[in-house]
Amino acid sequence: MAAHRRIDVSKVGEVTVVKFVDKKILDEASIQELGVELFSLVEHDNRKSVLLNFSNVEFLSSAALGKLITLDRKVKAAKGRLKMSNIRPEIFEVFQITKLNKVFDIRKDEVEAISAF
Amino acid sequence: MEHQSHSDQIPSGWSREIDLPSERGASRLVTEDLLEQLGNHGWSPSDIFSIHLAAEEAIVNGIVHGNQLDPAKKVHVSCLVSPELVRIEVTDEGAGFDPATVPDCTLEERLDVPSGRGVMLMRSFMTRIEYNAKGNSVVLEKKRAPAED
Repeated sequence: MAAHRRIDVSKVGEVTVVKFVDKKILDEASIQELGVELFSLVEHDNRKSVLLNFSNVEFLSSAALGKLITLDRKVKAAKGRLKMSNIRPEIFEVFQITKLNKVFDIRKDEVEAISAF
Repeated sequence: MEHQSHSDQIPSGWSREIDLPSERGASRLVTEDLLEQLGNHGWSPSDIFSIHLAAEEAIVNGIVHGNQLDPAKKVHVSCLVSPELVRIEVTDEGAGFDPATVPDCTLEERLDVPSGRGVMLMRSFMTRIEYNAKGNSVVLEKKRAPAED
């Protein structure tokens, strides 16, 4: 497994749990790096069940949303499943405005998300 | 160029004008102070999130799409913060664009397209957003919602 700078990766049973290192996901270079690390989980490490835990994330920009959408596409193409949890209200509002809450499988917390795989 | 001054119209406010280089990450040269001033002027964490997001999207659009990261070009940002109103104007040196031509990112067939959400987020989070005719300058305004009884 490659070293990660933008994410912390652990496993709970068969589920790969990803936490974000940065509280604010807005710097373009960091977002680019984040995308590479997330995509590699699916394309290189063949992770099929991936949970993104946003508990550490206070802010994200639309460029970060783009990476999440691309990750969702890649997971679906690999016949895997992607879920998200622990999203604070302000960020959930961003998902609602852009209707991405219809695209992503968003759960309240990590326990609920893991049991839903 | 950078200076701070007090606005005639908003005596209790904070204002700043700055020319940002067309580099990724340059937005923080103004957003860090902006966030601090929003807090100083009593804006709620939720409003600060909204204003930060809108400002970030507008500035990144100017740097990346407007000026296309050309080091010879600047993005001019002017901010006003008062307890009742925030006004941010972002102007790039690019050719401009017609915001009406940005496709609706919430259409079913566009939901999984990775880009094109910045303008919609700005519109949703601010009270007013207005582009100039050329489309290289945008004004973002947010008025403080009246306190609930």
